[in-house]
Amino acid sequence: MQSQATYHYKVVRQFSVMTVIWGVVGMLVGVIIAAQLVWPELNVHEFLSYGRLRPLHTNAVIFAFGGCALFATSYYVVQRTCHTPLFAPGLAAFTFWGWQLVIVFAALSLPLGYTQGKEYAELEWPIDLLITVVWVSYAIVFFGTIMKRTVRHIYVANWFFGGYILTVALLHVVNSAAVPVFSAGILSPKSYSAYAGVQDAMIQWWYGHNAVGFFLTAGFLGMMYYFVPKQAGRPVYSYRLSVVHFWALIFTYMWAGPHHLHYTALPDWTQSVGMIFSLILLAPSWGGMINGIMTLSGAWDKLRDDPILKFLITSLSFYGMSTFEGPMMSIKTVNALSHYTDWTVGHVHSGALGWVAMVTIGSIYYLLPRMFGKTEMYSKSLMTTHFWIATIGIVLYIASLWIAGVMQGLMWRATNADGTLTYSFVESVKASYPFWTIRLLGGLLFFSGMLIMTYNMFRTMAGGKAVDAPVLAASGAH
Amino acid sequence: MSDFVSGFWNIYVAGIVVLSLLFCLVLLLTQAKGKVNPGETTGHVWDEDLREYNNPLPGWWRWLFYITLIFAIAYLFMYPGFGTAVGSFGWSATGQYDKEMKAADEKFGPIFDKFKAQDVATVAASTEARDMGHRLFVTYCAQCHGADAKGGKGFPNLTDKDWLYGGEPEAIKATLVGGRMGVMPPMGAAVGGGDGVKDVANYVRSLSGLASDSIRAQRGKALFATNCAACHGPDAKGMTAMGAPNLTDEVWLYGSSEATISETITNGRVNQMPAFGEFLGEAKVHLLTAYVYGKSAAAK
Repeated sequence: MQSQATYHYKVVRQFSVMTVIWGVVGMLVGVIIAAQLVWPELNVHEFLSYGRLRPLHTNAVIFAFGGCALFATSYYVVQRTCHTPLFAPGLAAFTFWGWQLVIVFAALSLPLGYTQGKEYAELEWPIDLLITVVWVSYAIVFFGTIMKRTVRHIYVANWFFGGYILTVALLHVVNSAAVPVFSAGILSPKSYSAYAGVQDAMIQWWYGHNAVGFFLTAGFLGMMYYFVPKQAGRPVYSYRLSVVHFWALIFTYMWAGPHHLHYTALPDWTQSVGMIFSLILLAPSWGGMINGIMTLSGAWDKLRDDPILKFLITSLSFYGMSTFEGPMMSIKTVNALSHYTDWTVGHVHSGALGWVAMVTIGSIYYLLPRMFGKTEMYSKSLMTTHFWIATIGIVLYIASLWIAGVMQGLMWRATNADGTLTYSFVESVKASYPFWTIRLLGGLLFFSGMLIMTYNMFRTMAGGKAVDAPVLAASGAH
Repeated sequence: MSDFVSGFWNIYVAGIVVLSLLFCLVLLLTQAKGKVNPGETTGHVWDEDLREYNNPLPGWWRWLFYITLIFAIAYLFMYPGFGTAVGSFGWSATGQYDKEMKAADEKFGPIFDKFKAQDVATVAASTEARDMGHRLFVTYCAQCHGADAKGGKGFPNLTDKDWLYGGEPEAIKATLVGGRMGVMPPMGAAVGGGDGVKDVANYVRSLSGLASDSIRAQRGKALFATNCAACHGPDAKGMTAMGAPNLTDEVWLYGSSEATISETITNGRVNQMPAFGEFLGEAKVHLLTAYVYGKSAAAK
């Protein structure tokens, strides 16, 4: 029996469209700062200087592009796999507008120079408070929907979404704890971290690496667990693997932060613990990749002409590659070479572009036509073009920074017969220019792909009409 | 936030490290066993067609997981990481640093010591010493003074004959060993504010033959004598004991425009050359002294 109620698609629609818009904005800023590295003259004004645009880029791509994608897909997936409309749809609408407000505040305050100076947690305390309110509302909507589900079992995608929502709340509140200073008034926010010295650094990287582990990994694994089997039309490869890798992943990620502070004032024991748990993370991470890619077994032919599957499966390959690279880079002897070089930046982007952006793009291409009463995007060939441009862009980006990073690491440690350094720092900067130029080209290609996606999205919207699908009846059979 | 000095924390952290490792191990052991039916789904269906197979964990993947767990446990035995245990290798980051520095000193020390007994002028004339000095310079000094040692705004040019603290070998070495703290106090109020500052600035410009307003310069001269001469000298030729620059030559650390000089007079200047004595040691400081001395000596 079909009920007359419909799913709440409006908030999913809004977040889906803004994912694409913020993707374009965030990646444009990325292209600008990559160009500033090649042509320092482009630092035309303090508001547009590298030091202020760089946090704007990271915040925009992680929290605006990635965040909107996570909101859109989790709201869509939790309704459809719980066979019930969203709990508290008014609150869900608030999370959309609240999150957009956070993004706008970020886009204004970072170029103006307001920052807490913590990577990926730069936003000043009034914005932090707004984030907290939005996030708690998000948790209420998500878990409220889980509570009122009409199917007995909770689908695996929701484990990951739930884990990410809870953990990000914890990470954000603990790391952003700060003492506000009111001397210049609330319109000129300023605060000091609640922690000091090496403990501040440790809290920051506990947050920083779990921003990667939970925001950029667990959340997007939730996305993967819905859209890959849906698009492939195949069952998930192994329920048992889901159980093992889910629990192992959320148990071990929490420990990995100290590998950002190897060979620093952080006590040796903390560095060791951070390193071993980073290595243990390899298998749980690959569990997700195996479960995703093997879901396609028996349907490999679909990869040939389905651009959405191309995006999704490629994203899993990059996920597997960067979660192999990450544990290797956490080994102290490897880290001694890779730390502070562009290798790290390349590694982050193989995860951020290859995994996060690709799985997002695939999922949003799945969602958009369904949000606007269509069965397909306006142009399939533009999707395929987007896929190839993006893939070539990532490969150029990562490969150039691998070479640049290893070169920098080797140049910095090279010594002459008398023990003095062979190269001055500026020589390593000079030697990096060709690779930074290739990186800029790679970023530009990836950005161009997002423009194609935007065009395709607006054409799809123009030919469609916003519709909400009817809620499925409770599956009484099970 | 206070340090975690209580012994409780060691036990607490070691405890959850063990629990976390055990959790992974138990999870893996229990889930590797038990009945699975490859090719059959769990029977749950979501959203029309979402199903799950219940395939067994891939064997190679399980072994990968076991190996990382075994590595982790072995690592905790060998290296610090388990509570306050130092590990069977007795390794520590500071220990490694000390060892590497000692080995480097033994290996490279004699190469530098060879020049220590020679006087600075002799070392400066040696091509080998100059090359070594250059390598030290681009590592430790070029960030401020530039790879060509010509300096920049606020950073002295080392290739000319003009010296704030003196260009004799002893003075250069003292600068390197102990660093220098250059302070020009703010004199705006003392010279009578805006107009007084402009007057002095015009006088200072006239000293080195730069274009100036002669009436202002005339007034500035009197102000200079009462306010500036104590450090810069009555003839404005500076005083190396104070690090006060000669104002009658063509060398300007911050710039010679009327606006820049006025800024210097109004707000003063604070500048610092860091101390390198302890960091680099005597032999390297000696080589760098000779390198810098040679740069200046070669100037016309």
